[in-house]
Amino acid sequence: MNECYARMNQGEVIVAYKGSISAEVISNTLSLIETKLEESAEQTGVKKKLYNVLVESLQNLFHHVDAINNTDETESNFGAFVLAKQDQIFRISTGNFIRSDKSKVLKEKIDKINSLSKEELKDFYKFVLNNQSFSEKGGGGLGLIDIARKTGNKLEYNFYDYNKDFDFFNLNVYINE
Amino acid sequence: MINIEGTPKTPTVSMNPSTGVIEIKGRSIPENSIEFYKPIVDWLEEYYQGPAAKTVVNVQLEYFNTSSSKCILDVFKKLENLKKNQKDVIINWYYEEDDEDMLEAGEDYESIIKVPFKMIQIVD
Repeated sequence: MNECYARMNQGEVIVAYKGSISAEVISNTLSLIETKLEESAEQTGVKKKLYNVLVESLQNLFHHVDAINNTDETESNFGAFVLAKQDQIFRISTGNFIRSDKSKVLKEKIDKINSLSKEELKDFYKFVLNNQSFSEKGGGGLGLIDIARKTGNKLEYNFYDYNKDFDFFNLNVYINE
Repeated sequence: MINIEGTPKTPTVSMNPSTGVIEIKGRSIPENSIEFYKPIVDWLEEYYQGPAAKTVVNVQLEYFNTSSSKCILDVFKKLENLKKNQKDVIINWYYEEDDEDMLEAGEDYESIIKVPFKMIQIVD
């Protein structure tokens, strides 16, 4: 876990959070970053893309924080996220617990997304948009596909063993300046 | 008649049955969009009873999340039904000059929904 956090915090950190992930935390972070972006010298197109991908990444995190049995070191709905910039590339890193039995399916989904070309991603997006209903958590199953499409970069991920029931899932999304 | 005022997370929506003009403007990034879009979808169902001769739908979104993208598709599917009943429907999809993603999103819908789309670039 510490190794994971250390990696997430590499580069010039713009915002970092570790704790309970609530709708309020996500909303406050988004408006904070929007203000920061407005003041920054980035191109409008980059700002827009970054904000869009950030909304999707943080809401994805919000929908997927698995309740882990409370221990001293973790709050309920625990998650972490970092927005950083390194070598002209923005990175959005998120981390959350996931039931170990769900890790495999998620890994396969990301591998599939990473294997698709730009055109194939577009078709996959449209297929899921048109054919899949909402999950019980309110996600549409489109978040990761949308992120991959908008950034044009591969999704980088790590699964860390936490205990026998849970893994810690880390996703790194890169947005070129 | 529907008039919903926009918020930092939800768009301004107006629907006028007598003019047939429907407008969705602003941003649509709520965590869960179903609740927000339900009255709009319901309204369209009622609108079937006595639609205007021509229905013009103006969609001008700055941002929308994937949760909203499904709901927007549901709205467009209702418009597609209207079109199937021989009613005149057009969707004007506005996007900003530097926003390729928004243009592509419009083209995605255009390829799924059998209603004429017009892509309109907003130039500052």
